[in-house]
Amino acid sequence: MAVYEHTYKQYLGKLTPEWSRFLVIPRHAFRDVFRSKLFTAFFIVCFIPVLIEAILIYLHHNVNAIAILKVNIQELIPIDAFFFQAFVNVQAGFAFFVTLLVGPPLVARDLRNNALPLYLCRPFSRTEYVIGKMSVVLILLSAMTWIPQLLLFLFQSYLEGAGWFVDNLSIASAIFFASVVWILLLALLSQAVSALVKWRVIASGALIGIFFIPSVFGEVVNNLFFTRWGNLISLGALMRNVTSGLFGTFVRASTHITDWDGRVAREIVVNEPPLWASWFVLFVVCAICLALLSRKVKAYEVVR
Amino acid sequence: MALAEKIQDQAILRNPANFAPVIDLNGLSVKFGGRPILQNLEGELRGRAIGLLGPNGAGKTTLIHTLLGFHPPSSGTAHIFGQDITTDAKQIRSLIGYMPERDSFIAKMSAVHFVRLMAELSGLPSEAALERAHEALFYVGLGEARYRSLDTYSLGMKQLAKLAQAIVHGPRLIFLDEPTNGLDPPARQRMIRLVREIRDSGKANIVLSSHLLRDVEECCEEILILKDGRLAVYCNLEEERKSNRRFLLLETRGDQEPFAAAIGALGCEYALTGDHRVKVVLQEGVEVRDIYRIASKFDVQIRKLSYKRDSLEDIFLKAMENGHGGL
Repeated sequence: MAVYEHTYKQYLGKLTPEWSRFLVIPRHAFRDVFRSKLFTAFFIVCFIPVLIEAILIYLHHNVNAIAILKVNIQELIPIDAFFFQAFVNVQAGFAFFVTLLVGPPLVARDLRNNALPLYLCRPFSRTEYVIGKMSVVLILLSAMTWIPQLLLFLFQSYLEGAGWFVDNLSIASAIFFASVVWILLLALLSQAVSALVKWRVIASGALIGIFFIPSVFGEVVNNLFFTRWGNLISLGALMRNVTSGLFGTFVRASTHITDWDGRVAREIVVNEPPLWASWFVLFVVCAICLALLSRKVKAYEVVR
Repeated sequence: MALAEKIQDQAILRNPANFAPVIDLNGLSVKFGGRPILQNLEGELRGRAIGLLGPNGAGKTTLIHTLLGFHPPSSGTAHIFGQDITTDAKQIRSLIGYMPERDSFIAKMSAVHFVRLMAELSGLPSEAALERAHEALFYVGLGEARYRSLDTYSLGMKQLAKLAQAIVHGPRLIFLDEPTNGLDPPARQRMIRLVREIRDSGKANIVLSSHLLRDVEECCEEILILKDGRLAVYCNLEEERKSNRRFLLLETRGDQEPFAAAIGALGCEYALTGDHRVKVVLQEGVEVRDIYRIASKFDVQIRKLSYKRDSLEDIFLKAMENGHGGL
């Protein structure tokens, strides 16, 4: 129908499947996000560690390259669980900064502009709204965390052989689950903070605060009481433990040495909190975020 | 003849009694924190354009929000096009367009992008959504400004953009919450004209909530007046207008007594009010031409003939004074 036919007309055409409508939100959000050249540049920079990882894997299997570069094969980092875990952790750090840039405005902007009634007066539920907003963060972070890591795992398997692939399948699952837990946590936290604060800058600040202030406090507790249980309030430490657990590199006991008057005064062996405790705290944090979102994401807030 | 038929058809279309119920309220009550906001609303609304009137805090917006599924009813329920608002909320919302009262936008978007997004959320495929977004913006008169950011729009343009997003998916029922708020007279006229056009297209029913009686009077056929969360008055404006046309006030010169008696002989009620005035209630089958005929017969001059005009303002003020009314 031509635009010059100015009459009210019902829409009688085909409709999209209901399950796919939440994807409308990320599609429109990406257009906005990648309009910023600065963000696009930063997002590209986030792939540099992946490139380095790919080069390292390649070097391991290219005798000519090793000969040209005069590198001793023994000096090269071994390609094992520690190798992939290290790069998963690096990408996790980048993922945090991408979340800081993308996450806070998503819900906050809608709340500030009273846009929620416009979403929710349509055949579009609050759950779909939250999933739609979270998927903006989830899709972006997936693209820079577990997807390239799994591709590199397949690259390594291809170069090393099918035997290596079978023997190290646990690494692939660890890459996937560790990344997914991290990006889910980031997505939930960023959306909850965004819904709570409404202002982008303050929401970004709050997100930084949530990660760093408890970490500092936890470290103070650890040092004061010669323990590691303070890690339970540090999201970074929790994720580190959970990731180590998934990669099978988690060690509970660690040594805490107090140097007093320039000499070793005493040596105390302290234990990291058990893995289940880390998982439990992460679960509680996610549950709080969901409760907050459920409370704040409403068409209208009722003033009682 | 064709014109007469058209007029008759229009009259049928204007009368809500000729339609299936659009909204059916079944003892609908809503409470916020134990405080009753809507109390036991009952009735069937059938009009193409339904006016929702009431003073501030009467519950108009809460009623719309409840029908949209934003607030759960504390008791009772309502049906829209036969579907229950408590169990079929999603299906109902696919038939509805909503223009909220307050400024509601998605920041940093052009109008066409915004309306397209809203269409896609309603289930339109991307290309159809874009096409309909252009059409809707042209329809409301924002065609030339459709690529401008909404942040740069004036208040009147924002109201029109809100209307565009409410109609972009071609809903069967459109809730307009105070659509003329903050508009200057030309913009208000434009908005009223658009509402009437949509109403007259016969493709969508409209629920217009407003505290401006004139807006409702110009657009609506059926009125629901709320007071303190209760239904104060239901009024079928079309019936009201029709019945008002049966009340005549005559200003005459000549001998009134036999003239009035002859009118009475036709079965009409009458009253002599002095100052040469006669009030007449016409019975079915008696037309104004019969009055003129009797006046001619008794040599009475009819200097002025006026119909009773019970304005919406009168109905509203009466509703505010009186208690509750039902359908």
